[in-house]
Amino acid sequence: MKMKQTKIWGDLIFRGLTASFASGIAVIFVAILLVLWNQSQPSLEKFGFSFLFNTSWNPVKDNFGALIPIVGTLLSTFLALLFAIPISLGIALFLAELAPHWLRAPFGTAIELLAAIPSIVYGMWGLFVLGPLMADYVQPFLKTTLGFLPLFSGPSMGIGMLTASLVLTLMIIPFISSVARDVFLMVPQPLKEAAYGLGGTTWEVVRDIMIPYGRKGIAGAIFLGMGRALGETMAVTFVIGNAYHLSWSLFSPGNSIASTLANEFTEADGTVYLSSLIELGLVLFLITLIILSLAQYWLRRSQAGRA
Amino acid sequence: MIMDKQAKFRKKIEMKRENEGMELGPHKKQEMGEIKLSIRNLNFFYSDKQALFDNTLDIADKRVTAFIGPSGCGKSTHIRTYNRMFELYKGFRAEGEIWMDGINILDPAIPALHLRRKVGMIFQKPTPFPMSIFDNIAYGLRLYGGYSQDEIAGRVSKALQDAALWDEVKDKLHYPGTALSGGQQQRLCIARALAVEPDVLLMDEPCSALDPIASSKIEELIGVIKEKITIIIVTHNMQQAARVSDYTAYMYMGKLVEFGATSKIFLNPDNKDTEDYVTGRFG
Repeated sequence: MKMKQTKIWGDLIFRGLTASFASGIAVIFVAILLVLWNQSQPSLEKFGFSFLFNTSWNPVKDNFGALIPIVGTLLSTFLALLFAIPISLGIALFLAELAPHWLRAPFGTAIELLAAIPSIVYGMWGLFVLGPLMADYVQPFLKTTLGFLPLFSGPSMGIGMLTASLVLTLMIIPFISSVARDVFLMVPQPLKEAAYGLGGTTWEVVRDIMIPYGRKGIAGAIFLGMGRALGETMAVTFVIGNAYHLSWSLFSPGNSIASTLANEFTEADGTVYLSSLIELGLVLFLITLIILSLAQYWLRRSQAGRA
Repeated sequence: MIMDKQAKFRKKIEMKRENEGMELGPHKKQEMGEIKLSIRNLNFFYSDKQALFDNTLDIADKRVTAFIGPSGCGKSTHIRTYNRMFELYKGFRAEGEIWMDGINILDPAIPALHLRRKVGMIFQKPTPFPMSIFDNIAYGLRLYGGYSQDEIAGRVSKALQDAALWDEVKDKLHYPGTALSGGQQQRLCIARALAVEPDVLLMDEPCSALDPIASSKIEELIGVIKEKITIIIVTHNMQQAARVSDYTAYMYMGKLVEFGATSKIFLNPDNKDTEDYVTGRFG
């Protein structure tokens, strides 16, 4: 009888403990939101909604707008995903399905290790290695072949939106490919054999069975990469150019929210200046929240439609 | 060219059969009728480990042949050579001959993709593809191509009728295959295999993940579809082997211990080991 009592108490304590840890996340979440909101007040009062659409960032005149960093953040993330998704899925399929067995473990580990490289190293590599390469070879090549598009016009400076996107691509590939590989490895062997048994080729089995079966996990992998790209600071700061300048050209320098914050926080002397930077942080917080929520919602709905 | 080759092979196997008719006993040849598959000296290796030893038998056309034996005896390994499924894995290899319609299907010159169209397979656990019921059945047809939308729709409903699933799913063909119950999923897989009109259907313990009612439906279905195709079933359930099969092969440690009419294997086996196994004294 007594033993039973203790057991129940133990369970209750354990439950309370885990519940408090879990609710800690929610508390931190709300606290961050409140602090950002509070500290943004001077800027919010001065600029209101126009803050989101204003292209000016002028500390001298105390006129701040978030449009250029917002565009930079969204565009660099979008481009990075555009490049990284097909490459990562290719890597994941190779590791899960095609590579010879002795190659899988070392190759997989190597890719996971890429995720452990500090982002500042990626940034320096982007600035000193990738940037010059872009300026000398890639950008001139793109200009001669696709130069009629405004996207590929302007001076070849090396650093800019395209270079930042490529560095981001490289940084999120390990995340997406290692998660996607695990997803592909979870596809039951008999399911694949059933498709091979109907006369499917490897490509047909991958396209029709493995990718649809792993849909949810692959989407999760992509969100992980997206979250990382949205908030990446140091590496982007090195190569994006840090210019408040809106251009159609992917070669021209731009700015992202995170790199603006990294560059200017120490210099922000005025109340409105500092508060504008904090509001920028709030915007990034909300963008990430909205995109990930939409993605979750879409995923759940598409899942419900099928199940 | 291929026709030539086929004719030559056919002649060869005819001669082989005549020669080996003696070996298997003349009565056996008469009682089996048409032969669909002739397996000769089949050896199988998982890299260095040999898993099958000189398996030799004939599979009767449009009959059910059951493979029984204790776990790990090589039943599944054996039937997975019939569609060369083992080729998906490195280091697995089969030696010997499997003749089907005058062609040695183990010949690397025969494309596995073509072979697998003739030899369908059902697995232990149902394997519905991540797509709708309709698309599951249409999948094989679409892989081969050359069917109009109407033809596909016609074949899908026919395959579902043949697999005794039509009445249960005809109003929800757009539902995902995974929404069906286990037994329905297994019949969906059978319908999917039947849709491409194979000659042979391999069933690797098709009922072991199903409840008794779902199992009996599958058994019933086997009795119906064997009128059209040759069925080879691996089972752990001896009552099931006795109920559904015309011929039974008892395997032990990779060797084919005894093969013959199911009634003989279960009632009056020649081999003491077979008798011990089917009467439950061993295994």
